[in-house]
Amino acid sequence: MIAIESLTKRYPRVTALDRLTVGITPGVTGLVGANGAGKSTLIKILLGLSPATEGGATVLGLDVAREGSAIRERVGYMPEHDCLPPDVSATEFVVHMARMSGLPFTAARERTADTLRHVGLYEERYRPMGGYSTGMKQRVKLAQALVHDPKLVLLDEPTNGLDPVGRDEMLALIRRVHTDFGISVLVTSHLLGELERTCDHVVVIDGGRLLRASSTADFTKSTPSLAVEVTDTDAHPDGTEALRAALVAAGLSAQAPGAAGAPGAGHLLMVDATDESAYDTVRDTVIELGLGLVRMEQRRHHIAEVFHTDSGAGASDAGDGAAAAAPAGVPAAHDRELQPQKGGSGDAV
Amino acid sequence: MPSEPHAGTPVATAGKPPGQRGEDVIHNIGYRNYEGARLGRRYARTSLFQQSLRGAYGLGRSAKSKVLPMILFAVMCVPAAIVVAVTVFTKAKEMPVGYNEYVIIMQPVIGVFIAAMAPQAVSLDLRFRVVPLYFSRPIERSDYVGAKYAALAAAIFVFTATSALILYVGALLAKLDFGDETKGFALGLVCCLVFSVLHAGIALAVAAATPRRGFGVAAIIAVLTIPYMLVNALQAIVASQDNDPAVGWLGLASPGSLVDGLQSKFLDGKHSFPGGPPDLTGAQASAYALLTVLLIAGTYALLLRRYRKAGL
Repeated sequence: MIAIESLTKRYPRVTALDRLTVGITPGVTGLVGANGAGKSTLIKILLGLSPATEGGATVLGLDVAREGSAIRERVGYMPEHDCLPPDVSATEFVVHMARMSGLPFTAARERTADTLRHVGLYEERYRPMGGYSTGMKQRVKLAQALVHDPKLVLLDEPTNGLDPVGRDEMLALIRRVHTDFGISVLVTSHLLGELERTCDHVVVIDGGRLLRASSTADFTKSTPSLAVEVTDTDAHPDGTEALRAALVAAGLSAQAPGAAGAPGAGHLLMVDATDESAYDTVRDTVIELGLGLVRMEQRRHHIAEVFHTDSGAGASDAGDGAAAAAPAGVPAAHDRELQPQKGGSGDAV
Repeated sequence: MPSEPHAGTPVATAGKPPGQRGEDVIHNIGYRNYEGARLGRRYARTSLFQQSLRGAYGLGRSAKSKVLPMILFAVMCVPAAIVVAVTVFTKAKEMPVGYNEYVIIMQPVIGVFIAAMAPQAVSLDLRFRVVPLYFSRPIERSDYVGAKYAALAAAIFVFTATSALILYVGALLAKLDFGDETKGFALGLVCCLVFSVLHAGIALAVAAATPRRGFGVAAIIAVLTIPYMLVNALQAIVASQDNDPAVGWLGLASPGSLVDGLQSKFLDGKHSFPGGPPDLTGAQASAYALLTVLLIAGTYALLLRRYRKAGL
């Protein structure tokens, strides 16, 4: 789908991309990097809008340096920033954008109606976009990227500014773009956690260099860690410590990172979930101790943690096959099941 | 996970024989691929031109945005209609106002129209950052700039040529000489064209410099009127000193007087420079023509440069 070969982009002061070589296969691929890691530069080059200093790339078999126009006809792009004029309706705007992609007027109208329906905009599509919520705006932005039925869409931070529910909906929509529409997706984010639920593959870049490219399953394998928070009771004034001791006794490895002084993590216990039975063990141990389980969730990965695991080495071999197979959704479901009154799954960062 | 919310819909009817489907089940026909024509760059450029031209008159936009262009359009045409009425009723032998002259006289109105429309053509795209969406599509920078330039020039041309057309129809109604009037009208259209292209370039170059529409409007009015008034004042002073060639040279300094001088020399008109008839000399005439071409090419180049950085 995309082949990038020792791609280098230097600006007068900074090197945005440094001999980046990576292949991207059909499916949903996440492109992760901190701000300034070179994600946007890469997208610009892939759209044929910015010449590479060295190296090259092909998108859908077309060369980015020579066939930019042909690439842009077959690729959709959703920018990170706001890009919607407030005084026109979503329908008018998307029709116009479809025509800009070369669709004849009637086809543009039909495709617009279809696409807006698919992204979940109904009656409101006739209203001026100035009055839309952030979630609706993101949907229109996605629709304009899909309206000409591209082979590939490049989505730049599509979940930016969305609340947790909107974020989940957007991620589900992105997943559907591939499964239902048959369009490959390259989606950027600085949150690895949200990409691992959506993507088949994840590419991590930092400082313009490739840090890591692997399938999402490999990522979950490397950090099968559970964050557990419990209440204190009269019998166990320090519930966290009591649970830790009991879990270690049960043969699990558990640490309280709060001891190391991380703010806000005082009552969190990190448990290495080497296989699925670890979830049961934690649950049973908590019940035995008579503690209240505030939350139990698969630790959400932040980009920084990938950097830690990579520099810390070895950690990636910790898990076995069974843990890798555990779907990412399971801990969240546990969470909801056990503690409906707390709404503990809300901390989506 | 709230994924694939529609995935279950077809199941609702799956167990029933055909013809006995559930009454209120919405059938999701799913995603359809587009197999039709993709018309490419040229078509996209033409579409952008059409959209921008219509947009200049508020067509395809909110009712509010139609008000100003339509009022100005009326203001531009009504005096022409009055001129026609006077000519017809007084049975005059010729029009009190020539085709070229009318455009020059009505410059303030045209100026307001340009100042209102040029920022709407480019500033909104910049301000709301729609430009990257254009450049993520097959069109190139030159297509975008070219389409916007052509659209504004066409909008100004329609604005000015319509009144020329009213004058022409009126002249024929008044049974003035057909040959003379047709020639005058044709030259008048050329004058409108030069005026439109020149002013569109200047206005767009100014408007594209700022994403703020208000600044754009003010800046364009300033660029079009202040030099023009200065030139007029200076010409009047110089003319009172009997320094004829200087009047012509001064006319180069504003877009309005530039077109005025051009049309007087090349399009068979009379310029309205203070001090009256003495025509431009040959050297002056070529300076006028050269400067006009330079301004048109220069503003276009400036626009291309402006959008080099604006993509994504």
